[in-house]
Amino acid sequence: MTANLWIILFGALATYLTRVGGHIVLSQFSRIHPRVQAGLEAVPAAVLTTLVAPAAMMGGPAEWAALVVAALAGTRMPMFVAFVAGAITLAAMRSLVG
Amino acid sequence: MPNLLPAVGWKADLWRGVQTGVPILLASAPFAVLFGAMSVENGLTIAEATLMSATIFAGASQMVGLELFGHRVAPWLIVFSIFAVNFRHVLYSAALGQNVPHWSPVTKAIAFFFLVDPVFAESERRVENGRPVTLVWYMGVALPMYGAWILMSWIGAEFGSRVMPDAHAIGLDFLLPLYFLGLVMGFRNRPRWLPVVIVSAAASILAYRYIGSPWHVTVGAIAGVVLAACLPLREEPAALADVEPATT
Repeated sequence: MTANLWIILFGALATYLTRVGGHIVLSQFSRIHPRVQAGLEAVPAAVLTTLVAPAAMMGGPAEWAALVVAALAGTRMPMFVAFVAGAITLAAMRSLVG
Repeated sequence: MPNLLPAVGWKADLWRGVQTGVPILLASAPFAVLFGAMSVENGLTIAEATLMSATIFAGASQMVGLELFGHRVAPWLIVFSIFAVNFRHVLYSAALGQNVPHWSPVTKAIAFFFLVDPVFAESERRVENGRPVTLVWYMGVALPMYGAWILMSWIGAEFGSRVMPDAHAIGLDFLLPLYFLGLVMGFRNRPRWLPVVIVSAAASILAYRYIGSPWHVTVGAIAGVVLAACLPLREEPAALADVEPATT
């Protein structure tokens, strides 16, 4: 076994531990504190925002237009329609402004 | 996604899951190809690159691992970096566990292996829409994505940069941020949504600038979650909405 192989396998184990660990720890408690519950409810919005914000900051007019269209469409339409509207805006703007 | 089938048992559930997963699969495929191509450039064999995608199955941490492979860093430090980048999954695991009390421990042990960003987000969205997270639905989302992730990594490693599409021209490089924004908007009815989004955005941008990618994900996520836990708790309106009359 090479060092690379060991690194990959231990990296996989470490990743798996993060994916089961949160639940294992939380399931030791019979009652979840309301503040923990509030924090858990915020997880999707908090994490997903971090995947958008720096990309948005680094973007230009085409990216910003696409994000605005997707965000506005997202308040009125199903999520997937909003996503497609943003993608079309992005492709159109990039072909116009480069 | 349009619902092409009525809810009639597990086949419909599986199909809905696959429908949910396919757009994500397409949006993430270029990153798998990129990972494969870069891993060979960083000295991994094709088999090692494919194995890494099959066992770790977490794009950002795989990229970080690659970067360190190239720098002759101590092995334990590479493993620790992969762990640190993936630490956000602890939050996913804790949150998803609340919504799948009907899964057995063995089911959880298997299903949680596939708990990547979009699978978690889609599971939360399904709960938001009042549907149960069934195992067949979950696997319908996750397994095609997992298979494609491995296959595309192998293609990238085998054929290198020759197969990389001109991602910029068709906007592929920005599809995932757009997709994630669509998901963020979907959670806007949750309590404390706006302050959480603002604080996570600000914290992740600062971390991106001063610490570097991909640490901004963990820093931004923890900032938003801690804020939500610290803000004043109030009666959740969602529970009362159902019993209120439609008109007053």
